[in-house]
Amino acid sequence: MRTQAEPDGPAIELRDATKRFRSSSGGVHTAVRNLDLTVRAGEFVAVVGPTGCGKSTTLSLVSGLEPPSVGEVLVHGRPVDGIPDGVGYMFQTDAVLPWRTVLDNVATGPRYRGVGRQKAREQARDWVQRVGLGGFESYYPHQLSGGMRKRVALAQTLVNEPSILLMDEPFSALDVQTRGLMQDELLRLWAGDDPLGRGGGAAVVFVTHDLEEALVLGDRVVVMTAGPATVKASFDVPLKRPRDAEEIRLTPEFLEIYREVWESLREEVQITRERGTGNAA
Amino acid sequence: MLLELDDHATAVAQARAVGRRRSLTVNAVRILLVVAVLGTWELAATYWIDPFYYSKPSAIWNRLVDWFTSGTSQGSIWTQIAYTLEEALIGFALGSVGGVILGIILGRSRFLSDVCAPFIKAANAIPRIILASLFVIWFGLGMSSKVATAFILVFFAVFFNAFQGAREVDRNLVNNARILGASRRAVLRTIVVPSATSWILASLHSAFGFAIIGAIVGEYSGADKGLGLLINHAQGTFDSAGIYAGMIIITVIALLAEWLLTLLERRLLRWRPPAAGSDAQI
Repeated sequence: MRTQAEPDGPAIELRDATKRFRSSSGGVHTAVRNLDLTVRAGEFVAVVGPTGCGKSTTLSLVSGLEPPSVGEVLVHGRPVDGIPDGVGYMFQTDAVLPWRTVLDNVATGPRYRGVGRQKAREQARDWVQRVGLGGFESYYPHQLSGGMRKRVALAQTLVNEPSILLMDEPFSALDVQTRGLMQDELLRLWAGDDPLGRGGGAAVVFVTHDLEEALVLGDRVVVMTAGPATVKASFDVPLKRPRDAEEIRLTPEFLEIYREVWESLREEVQITRERGTGNAA
Repeated sequence: MLLELDDHATAVAQARAVGRRRSLTVNAVRILLVVAVLGTWELAATYWIDPFYYSKPSAIWNRLVDWFTSGTSQGSIWTQIAYTLEEALIGFALGSVGGVILGIILGRSRFLSDVCAPFIKAANAIPRIILASLFVIWFGLGMSSKVATAFILVFFAVFFNAFQGAREVDRNLVNNARILGASRRAVLRTIVVPSATSWILASLHSAFGFAIIGAIVGEYSGADKGLGLLINHAQGTFDSAGIYAGMIIITVIALLAEWLLTLLERRLLRWRPPAAGSDAQI
């Protein structure tokens, strides 16, 4: 139905994608199996699943860092071969360069893409302001708190103005208050100037193991099975935007959808638990 | 409010005073230790043991003064120092550049490092100091044989660290750079080389020591100038004071080089948290 309204077609399409790795013991480990997933342009999809189920592998397939063993991955309708244009990726652990200042870290992307030093710095300065780090331009990452480093990483990714934003549990290492703050910040930046909080067009795939976070952020929540990962179910999140990360958790609508999705997720978490933590990696 | 501020200021002043007193005590004990060791040596050599074999501080001092005022048996002391230093510096420069380049190339190429692994292991197991004799045959008694010895010692020290440094680059950083749009060359320039820098700089400290050892041992195996020759000559004439004097000159040179390298390291690794300096290199 919505496809007609979007002549460009889906932003991301995974068709029957499978990814296997050779494990260190000589066997073969299947991280993702027969995965079908479509993300529309401008859609915010949150992917939840048990820890270590292969959610991150899904993102690396879309980003072109890893090719699928079987199946197809399309970004903007083109098969992924190398890193597709317009993809931004925020990793779980800090990927800011420790030997560069905040400003130079944010300017990294434009510099790689051939923008002149002055121009790149200007763009970076603008984004440093937007993520709320004005005044910290000349600090080195080790002088910042965990939350501030996340802001640097966010600015570093967003300065390239990605049309597809992949996020791999980016806030999982933060304390609860900082995490809530960063969720709000992400929603604000994603929405851009749109007063309805509907986003400036970037499709987001946000991987997390925290269902609450998924529901706070996403238009849609995709539940993954215990590894090897494949899509178990998909739920539309009927919560209005703009959302306030702290407030929305307390509404009855939120609790209702939480219960519904948790019902589906619980089984997978159970399976993972029974396997024990030893196999999770 | 003002009182609190006052309290704070006094606390800072007190902490500073404690720090100053401590460093004063440490230095005083150090000087005391040196005086005690040298004094015992001097006394022992004057009254009990034979200074012909063991020499004594005053004799060594006189030899140093003699060398610097009226020259050595091989000519001016400055010529000898300059000669040895030149050999060491050329060997150091060539060896570290070669070691860094080859180390990074092999560190980034899984295939090449797999192919070369057994040869490198074998080459590292060779007692390389023996090569000095071979180099004298190959390159003659002039400067090039000493440079070659210094080079080979420096090269391996730097190579292994650069190799390790290039290998241990955080995959996360590389992936992030690639997503941000970096080409292979840009990844090498902006991620791999800076990551390996702390490893490489750590190796340069010991590498300069190796360069001097290489030059001296080279001169030992046959030379017409240099501090190694001076020491060799002192050995030949049973002049133990001369050996000590040569040793002291070399030590001073090595300490100066160490100081310069530390300055360079501080400048290049400004971005590092101050406490990580010691444990980041494991």
